[in-house]
Amino acid sequence: MASAKSTTGVDASFPTVLDPDSAQWLRVLTDTGPPREAAVARLHEMLLRIAMSEVRRRGAVHRIAGPELDDLAYQAAADALLAITGKLGQFRGDSRFTTWAYKFVIFEVSAKLSRHVWRAPGVRLDPEDWDRLPDRFGFEPHHQSEWRELLAAVRTAVEEELTPRQREVFVAIVVAGVPLDVLAAELGSTRGAIYKSMFDARRKLRAVLVADGYLDHHDTARHP
Amino acid sequence: MNGPSELDRFLQTDPRDVGCDELMRMLDVYVDLVARDAAAAQRYPGIAAHLNACGPCSEDFHGLLAAVSAAANGTADHYE
Repeated sequence: MASAKSTTGVDASFPTVLDPDSAQWLRVLTDTGPPREAAVARLHEMLLRIAMSEVRRRGAVHRIAGPELDDLAYQAAADALLAITGKLGQFRGDSRFTTWAYKFVIFEVSAKLSRHVWRAPGVRLDPEDWDRLPDRFGFEPHHQSEWRELLAAVRTAVEEELTPRQREVFVAIVVAGVPLDVLAAELGSTRGAIYKSMFDARRKLRAVLVADGYLDHHDTARHP
Repeated sequence: MNGPSELDRFLQTDPRDVGCDELMRMLDVYVDLVARDAAAAQRYPGIAAHLNACGPCSEDFHGLLAAVSAAANGTADHYE
């Protein structure tokens, strides 16, 4: 993957002067007494609104609803508020203050939903089932003679070319269909570390399949 | 049969992809640019590449963009 600074670092021309609204948020939140208390209450109200909206947007996928979903939103808003007030010194004004603050509650909702899935009864890493792979990639049964060899080559490459960690991550996500964030929770890892293992596995597997003539060399990667 | 092409697309990696940690660091900046229609993908191609490939980060992006858009369109989030 690209080095972070070379591709996304905030460039020197980015405004470092806070917009008036962000400056006001920062001023009252670093104040003391009633003004700060009022600002904290207002921020919590906004975070809770965002959390409620976000858990409902994602809830159906995670098979969670009702009071449990509301509890999760309340916890996410409370934890986000704690993180925000503890990290005010890290806000540099590269975005609006509210966007920066909302980011915390979105991440909290994301992490809490993943942990909920991981803890749910009966949800654990499925056993390997390579027979699911054709469906996962839309291989049509009546063309089985054409893709059977390709999928056999994928499986061989997974077993022979990947490191044990890459193999574990690839099989869990691609073969067993475990969501990336759930796998990260299951393995006590992070989203970034799991993604990096998967990124390296994908690159390695494609190189092998191209070298062995199963895939074309051309690059049809999706570009933004 | 779209299986091979689907598999090929899945295995392809974009060298500009910055990964999850950098995406999480820059998400608020990127979303503000997208909300302002300020050519965010051109300015930060590594983030755009990552969002094309990472489901969980893409989900966070859409969640934050929805939050910012809702605030802009309805309930004010200004400090008053």
